[in-house]
Amino acid sequence: MTELQRTSLFDAHVAAGAKIVDFAGWEMPVEYEGVRAEHLAVRSTCGLFDVSHMGQIDVTGHGAREFLQSVLTNDITRIGPGQAQYTLLPDDNGGVIDDLLAYALLDRFLLVVNASNIAPCVERVTSLAPAGVTVVNRSPEVAMLALQGPTWAKALTPISSPEPFSLPYMEATEATVAGVPCLVARTGYTGEPGVEIMCPAEAAPAIWDALMAVPDAPVPAGLAARDTLRLEMGYPLYGNELGRDRSPISAGLKWACDLKHGGFPGAERMQREAEDGTPDRLVGIVLTEKGIPRGGCAVMADGQQVGTVTSGTLSPSLGVGAALAYVSPDHAHVGAKLSIDVRGKEKSAEVTSLPMVDTSPRKEHHS
Amino acid sequence: MSDETYPGDLRYHPEHDWARVDGDVATFGVTWFAQDALGEVVYYDPPAVGDTVTAGSSYGELESVKAVSDIIAPASGEVVEVNDAVSDTPELVNGDPYGGGWLIKVRLSDPAELDGLMDEAAYRAYLAGLNG
Repeated sequence: MTELQRTSLFDAHVAAGAKIVDFAGWEMPVEYEGVRAEHLAVRSTCGLFDVSHMGQIDVTGHGAREFLQSVLTNDITRIGPGQAQYTLLPDDNGGVIDDLLAYALLDRFLLVVNASNIAPCVERVTSLAPAGVTVVNRSPEVAMLALQGPTWAKALTPISSPEPFSLPYMEATEATVAGVPCLVARTGYTGEPGVEIMCPAEAAPAIWDALMAVPDAPVPAGLAARDTLRLEMGYPLYGNELGRDRSPISAGLKWACDLKHGGFPGAERMQREAEDGTPDRLVGIVLTEKGIPRGGCAVMADGQQVGTVTSGTLSPSLGVGAALAYVSPDHAHVGAKLSIDVRGKEKSAEVTSLPMVDTSPRKEHHS
Repeated sequence: MSDETYPGDLRYHPEHDWARVDGDVATFGVTWFAQDALGEVVYYDPPAVGDTVTAGSSYGELESVKAVSDIIAPASGEVVEVNDAVSDTPELVNGDPYGGGWLIKVRLSDPAELDGLMDEAAYRAYLAGLNG
């Protein structure tokens, strides 16, 4: 049996009353006060998440940019120092090894990857790196906090130098937070404005405690709220919507694949799929009656299965059952009437536009 | 959320369900432990009045945002009443699991089944064993 890992904030979570669960080999807080309250706090004020389990991989050396351009799907030449980009790491068949954020920094490129995929990402990138390019897994020594929600800047300003207001979305800067040198990025996975703060692991509790002590302090928010927030936005989750078994195209991620230039593994398959279409497509679905869809539920139309739910929950913002699902193209248009087989009971549903919740007045994209 | 309690007048099933017996009718619900493990209840899918429930089998579902939990009947019988208040306000199960959060009332078909259930002391000892 593998020993579960703890982030440097474990004691802070326990002190805040967290319910702890095993997640990707980590003992992580799934909720504190309750997922619904935490979710709604992030939509209306702000919440603080520990995402230290996520991975940080440094890529340095002469030719690092050209190398990453050849292994990642997005066009990394479009970002300059201090900018971040959503991208994917494909395998040789165009399946997805992980989705990630790539940062161009002054002295290096930084890849922030999912906790469950640190080893495969490090292995893939290392195995393809040419002489002169160095790949270093810095995950064990780096902690990451996500401060998310419309009032994030009010919470961060009293303890941050420089003040964080002016940083544009999808950009990162060095800053001192609670006396700790950090990389602060205007990124996140909730659809709300906010930042992700990367710092030395041992310094994370000082930042957590300082944020919890400011007048407009965030609420501690767990992985359960992180999941319902991203689902409402239609952001894919690796292992649910993304995996080795499909390319990014059917997930609607063509925008993160530089098909015009290509040149990365699986590019030809993706170009073909973008042109010819895919057997199914990722859509958002809401139930139009009571019930909660769950991953694995069949999506039905006229008595036939036309798709499968990949993520499902009760949407705390909408108060209805909500899902992401892969469905056949004939049923993938907004407004399409469907039903979902929830453990033997057919619940009426329809395809909804994504995001399900309009956060455009406070526009943000995801990591 | 409520405080952890296990009333002395109830009978307990190992799947964390309780029965309160009044003549040949029993009220069923889930224990404090069950609702705490599930988290905030957001959906209750009840049986219909007239349905038959069987001891040890599921008669409905409670769902939190994250998880689904079958509700196990501690004894067999016919459903004579369903708590519609929980369908409308599922978090009653969290706030008042032995009062306003009751789930169904059943006319017992075999009251002797109740002898196989635990009393408060036995259920508390059983819970302590789960944590060990």
